[in-house]
Amino acid sequence: MQVSLFIPCYMDQLYPDVAMATLTLLEKHGCEVTYPMNQTCCGQPMANTGCSADTKATAKHFIEVFKGSDYVVCPSGSCVSMVREHYDGLVPDSDEVNSLRSKTYELCEFLVDVLKVDKIDAEFNHKVGLHQSCHGLRELRLGSCSEQIVEKYSKAETLLRMVKGIELVKPERPDECCGFGGTFAVAEKDVSCLMGEDRINDHENAGAEVIVGYDSSCLMHMGGISNRQKRNLKFMHIAEILNGAAT
Amino acid sequence: MSHPKAAEQFIKDRDRARWHDKSLWFVRQKRDKMASTVPEWEELRNTASQIKAHMISNMEQYLLEFEKNAKANGITVHWALDAKEHNDIVTKILKDHNVKKLVKSKSMLTEECHLNPHLEKNGIEVVDTDLGERIVQLREEKPSHIVMPAIHTKREEISDLFHEKMGTEKGNIDPDYLTYQARMDLRERFLKADAGLTGVNFAIAETGSVVVCTNEGNADLGTSLPDLHIACMGMEKIIPKMEDLAVFTRLLARSATGQPITTYTSHFHGPKKGGEMHIVIVDNGRTKVMGQDKFRRSLSCIRCGACMNTCPVYRRSGGHSYGYIVPGPIGSILGASRDSKEHNTLPYACTLCASCTNVCPVKIDLHNELLTLRTKISEEKHLPATKRIAMKAAGKVLSSPKMYKVAGMAVRTALKMPRFFVYNRFNDWGKDRELPPLPKKTFKQMMKERNKGKK
Repeated sequence: MQVSLFIPCYMDQLYPDVAMATLTLLEKHGCEVTYPMNQTCCGQPMANTGCSADTKATAKHFIEVFKGSDYVVCPSGSCVSMVREHYDGLVPDSDEVNSLRSKTYELCEFLVDVLKVDKIDAEFNHKVGLHQSCHGLRELRLGSCSEQIVEKYSKAETLLRMVKGIELVKPERPDECCGFGGTFAVAEKDVSCLMGEDRINDHENAGAEVIVGYDSSCLMHMGGISNRQKRNLKFMHIAEILNGAAT
Repeated sequence: MSHPKAAEQFIKDRDRARWHDKSLWFVRQKRDKMASTVPEWEELRNTASQIKAHMISNMEQYLLEFEKNAKANGITVHWALDAKEHNDIVTKILKDHNVKKLVKSKSMLTEECHLNPHLEKNGIEVVDTDLGERIVQLREEKPSHIVMPAIHTKREEISDLFHEKMGTEKGNIDPDYLTYQARMDLRERFLKADAGLTGVNFAIAETGSVVVCTNEGNADLGTSLPDLHIACMGMEKIIPKMEDLAVFTRLLARSATGQPITTYTSHFHGPKKGGEMHIVIVDNGRTKVMGQDKFRRSLSCIRCGACMNTCPVYRRSGGHSYGYIVPGPIGSILGASRDSKEHNTLPYACTLCASCTNVCPVKIDLHNELLTLRTKISEEKHLPATKRIAMKAAGKVLSSPKMYKVAGMAVRTALKMPRFFVYNRFNDWGKDRELPPLPKKTFKQMMKERNKGKK
């Protein structure tokens, strides 16, 4: 299966190891992965500030870079939700563009829904708390959210349960936002940091040694708070664990 | 004051912010528990959303039907274009009846119209009879929540307040004691009142009657004792039929407080014997919102407050930080869609986590409306210059692979500077957070090397 890898701008700059883990993980599961070198960003920073005019060129560039792909896979729920859910009015409303948007997948859902992975060759002997980042959860529906009265499921958890030795712990609030929120993290820094700290406490009280998520942005925010407070907690992207990160 | 500034002040007392957060999360949990007892919950939400959408597209027809039927029930119907007209109408009715003392049950509309100060200026004493409203009235504050107006106050503060205003025992913080004392104080005022004013939860076009939901029975007492009843409603409170009401009463209390139904769901079909009943139907900006495709759905709101209870920002910044009469997600929409300049920080007091959208019993697309409002604010040039310039630059850099590469290098070089240059008062990220450790290479560099190795 031919897959184009989309690595969001901040991950290219700050989390290259997570990007590489994503790539090798996809290869392990039989994908032929290409990484278009001239890719940049999905445009979310501008779009979420309300600057639609300043978003258009970036969104168009994304479409240009990835057009013709069988699948686009990205290890960030938030950026995928930007492409799939929020590109209306920013990019042309053509069959080609719409099909590309619908074939843009977040890593976990691609593994579960498209590759139908039922085995993961990895071991991780730690107590892990899963942080279910909001856009993946409530826009891409990677899992059921606690607000809705529906049957419970979580694609990320399904995958983590295939990892040998892992012990999943449950925070009291299953899916509260960590307070990153893009520019919110800076514009509303006080609320943002309090939210992040509360999330960390909740996971820590549940016994987590490692907080795992499918969005490095949320992990960067919580990890930043945790490191400032010199806590003994680790923050890892799910791709690293599924790819068999050393423990 | 901007939301971030007000929130900063609220959070300075971290224990209090956390207490506030926990109190409201507790209500959210009660809601979850109660909602999960209804297997068809999501279907109910869909139905409610559709009834409201139908109502909004046919509002004129239903309001006129309501007026006709209400008149036939012996109710006098008034129409108010804005807050001023609403206040003038209410004042005139009260003056015509020589009313000196008015008891009010909870009505967010009269808060929105600032009715109380207007009446007091006209020599009419107003007593809010909902316990929470009474507390904020005595504290000379605004409600901080639409269902639990005094949720920001602690028991000790209420005890001190009652001691000062009603002479209760100093230091007695027993909730039963305090509630009983408030009840006794209010009972006197009910008996002496010349008129009662209520809000309206639902107005039914088919029957020309209104429904008021309370937990304290104060609306019932306030309308049973005096001969004059005035009910004030926003025009969006109309629903077509009696049978539609069942959908909403099943959703309202479960969503609001986690109760199966409000303690009192009172139907008013006309004036009491020998009395008078007036209904004031108010626009006050609602038609303006109705005219905007993207914000119309916010008029579906049944004022349950669930979006506040679930909002992680609201819980940690408090209702007053919004500076608008309705706080939280729905308040940010209502405030900013009416005046995007005055309330330009409210749509940004949100992480776009979408919890509100998923909890809302009438399925208002709250977080997406907030996102759309950001575009409106940006287009109308109400965005602060710093954000505007930064986003313009980001848009240029991120749409060009070349500029992206140069900018990436520049930022990475800057981050390698000594700590003092990176973490200072200009770095809002770094106030309470570290930046991630800088990797040696970008992913692009790693891929270049990997591809070379393959060739």
